[in-house]
Amino acid sequence: MHSPIEQFEIKYFIPQILFSNASLFMVIALAIIVGGLLLATSKRSLVPGRAQAFAEGLHDFVLNMMNETTGKDGMRFFPLVFSLFTFVLTANLVGLIPYSFTVTSHLIVTFALAVLVIGTVIVYGFMHHGAHFLHLFVPSGVPGWLLPFLVLIEIISFISRPISLSLRLFANMMAGHIALKIFAGFVVMLGASGFFAILSPLPLVMAVALMALELLVACLQAYVFAILTCIYLNDALHIDH
Amino acid sequence: MDLSTLKFLGAGLACLGMGLAAMGVGTIFGNYLSGALRNPSAADSQFARAFIGAALAEGLGIFCLVVALILLFVV
Repeated sequence: MHSPIEQFEIKYFIPQILFSNASLFMVIALAIIVGGLLLATSKRSLVPGRAQAFAEGLHDFVLNMMNETTGKDGMRFFPLVFSLFTFVLTANLVGLIPYSFTVTSHLIVTFALAVLVIGTVIVYGFMHHGAHFLHLFVPSGVPGWLLPFLVLIEIISFISRPISLSLRLFANMMAGHIALKIFAGFVVMLGASGFFAILSPLPLVMAVALMALELLVACLQAYVFAILTCIYLNDALHIDH
Repeated sequence: MDLSTLKFLGAGLACLGMGLAAMGVGTIFGNYLSGALRNPSAADSQFARAFIGAALAEGLGIFCLVVALILLFVV
């Protein structure tokens, strides 16, 4: 009987260059994205085939999402958001294949992605607006005695953004995979328990249902990660208050 | 009661917060759905906002999970 968190163990395949199973599955996810998009757009035609329609659909999906949240001048960040969305989505989906490794179930990976997003927001905000970027922390139309508290709250909420952005993806993927493993373990435990073995298909049904839920969560969390990235970038682009 | 027992009790109590976050997410999607049924033509434009609210509410519940994990594995 394996422990449910054993699936997250890092194993080094080539210790000399620290190439682990996490690195391998990141390379696999990257190869799927780059190879798939290159293949889908290699035979470009006016009436798209199945692969080209899928690639265009993916592109238009992210494009519409950015149009709604950041507006036209957010389009310079389209490559960043599209890369983040496809990488998180592919890494989540590849991780659902049994015996594979989920890259996004490691906090350090999601935290690196979140720091990339917030770093872009801060660097672009200061480059584009200069010191005016600090107005992000000062809400307008507030009575003076309340202002210090609100500035403090705004600063805390800004600092908690990379934490919550990374923790959300990490915790969703990790908790889902642990739940899958535990229900799969129930099948084995009930099957080996003599009379109650007739009950063992019940957790199997549950594991199949959980797998469908995890498929939904994998797509949903990639969407949430991308749309929150757009919203944080929107703060750096338009400082209204 | 020794310290490790209290640790597990604390981890279990921290998980109550995730149930409260579930109530928040349920409220958001319930209200979104009731609004969408009243005015289906406006539903699509507010779809992203419903998910943003749900993601923020869920994020606060996930902090509870992190408290539980810290209690179990770090402290």
